[in-house]
Amino acid sequence: MSYDIPNLVPAFPEMIVFSLGTLVLLVHAFLGQRRPIITYGAVQLIILMSAVFTLSFINEPTMLTFDNMFILDKFAVILKLFIELAVFLCFFYSRVYLADNNMPRGEYYILGLFAMLGMMVLVSSHHFLTLYLGIELMSLPVYAMVAMKRESGIAAEAAMKYFIIGAMASGMLLYGISMIYGATNNLEFSTVATAIANTAPDQKLILIFGLVFIMVGIAFKLGAVPFHMWLPDVYQGAPNAVTLFIASAPKIAALGMVVRLLVEAMPSLQIQWQQDLIAIAILSMALGNFAAIVQANIKRMLAYSSIAHMGYMILGVIAANNQGYAASTFYIVTYSLMTLGSFGLLVLMSRAGYEVENISDFKGLNTRNPWLAFLMLIMMFSMAGVPPLVGFWAKVGVLKALVQVDLVWLAALALLFAIVGAYYYIRVVKVMYFEEPDSEQRYIISNDMQLALTINGLSVLVLGLFPGWLFELCKSAF
Amino acid sequence: MITLSHYLIVGAIVFSLSLAGIILNRKNLIVLFMCVELMLLAVNINFVAFSQYLGGTMGQIFVFFILTVAAAESAIGLAILVVLYRKRGTINVAELDTLKG
Repeated sequence: MSYDIPNLVPAFPEMIVFSLGTLVLLVHAFLGQRRPIITYGAVQLIILMSAVFTLSFINEPTMLTFDNMFILDKFAVILKLFIELAVFLCFFYSRVYLADNNMPRGEYYILGLFAMLGMMVLVSSHHFLTLYLGIELMSLPVYAMVAMKRESGIAAEAAMKYFIIGAMASGMLLYGISMIYGATNNLEFSTVATAIANTAPDQKLILIFGLVFIMVGIAFKLGAVPFHMWLPDVYQGAPNAVTLFIASAPKIAALGMVVRLLVEAMPSLQIQWQQDLIAIAILSMALGNFAAIVQANIKRMLAYSSIAHMGYMILGVIAANNQGYAASTFYIVTYSLMTLGSFGLLVLMSRAGYEVENISDFKGLNTRNPWLAFLMLIMMFSMAGVPPLVGFWAKVGVLKALVQVDLVWLAALALLFAIVGAYYYIRVVKVMYFEEPDSEQRYIISNDMQLALTINGLSVLVLGLFPGWLFELCKSAF
Repeated sequence: MITLSHYLIVGAIVFSLSLAGIILNRKNLIVLFMCVELMLLAVNINFVAFSQYLGGTMGQIFVFFILTVAAAESAIGLAILVVLYRKRGTINVAELDTLKG
């Protein structure tokens, strides 16, 4: 028996996050709650370091390591970079909120860091085992984070719902994986793909059976209809800082999961998963957009809007060609920027003991803080898909990919739902600009937070004016 | 003679039982946790049966990982349960209905 040491280089960013994250956990345990700023600084430094190492791989050819369990291709690098960016910004926005609300700060950063590690492993998986471990490492810390505000009863309830449904989803996913394993005697994506391609058509029944369970797991993790019911409850029940975390980075990782599972492991079952995805996409866009209209709570409204956005994002995968996948990547990356901005604003506007969560809290924001109102306006218009903001180009990308594979009816339907969606985004803008505020007190936000939010907001505008380079970057991944 | 299909049928029965338990149970959260564990065990039966039948070890190794993760999962779940019980004084599923809309 000999044992070769695998090539560790492709997994270097993950190894940094894991080893230094464990170290920070130890240091934090000794320091206790006295100096959360040390934990905060260390965690942010770790994220920056891993981002630098990830960036250094951007022009490398595809690398496989750990017995082909771990892959580092351009797709993984791009998703990881944006995951790191999202987590970094999310921690930055949350710092003051956590202190104000007296939440366990160090734990928030450390759990978030390990969830980020899970997402990175997930987007780099090339084997069902790595994929499963990535999903679980991503989900488990997030369950704990939702329950973190211990004095809040609804947070605990949301965490419980999230936990049960999440555990059930991974059970379903695993059942599907076991069927795929039984049919192909393999768990590595490329080998499974060849084995499926060589299966006789009359033997495919077990594969399709497994695929159905895997689709259920995917829909749960994406938060797409018909397995979306946890999402609005969790968004509403979780403290704003945690909602910000859940709404941004895990969505990017979910796209990684979809592409790895469907496109890389089961390309020969394309006809089957395409049908499933079309149903999921139509239902998500319809239910998400219509249910968002009646919400009074802005976190719930954004939750339903995220269900709809997941529907749009899947449209690119339905096109099932490289252009479609690139469009989906572009969509999810820009969507995460928009959610970071809008939820970041909610986090920054919340004060000790007071959560900004109703649309009426935005009444007359223009008179109380015009700049914040303008940034929120950019986010809302971008989510609605108004040119020249980046959300417009994201929608154009996925619709173009659909039209090119002759799914014009689906593109038309998506456009119709986008018009419905515009209504509730514009309602927020109307409340901010044309309604009288409840109090004249101005919102004061510290300069560094305001700067970060401004960069975030303007990036949506600038990317909308110059979307070319990001499109090229996403295209080069496939 | 016990064949592969017998194991798969057992796995499917256990899986459906756990799914039915999650959907039907309206009384107790602990029972819900048991159903989740049962679901993972059904998957384990499948993996071990396939692994034995196909003659590889990969499925059995996967089972070890599932078991480990399931342990971590129930630890977190029980922690959330304790927080919930302290706050609400109940672990009745039907009473978890504050969040609706």
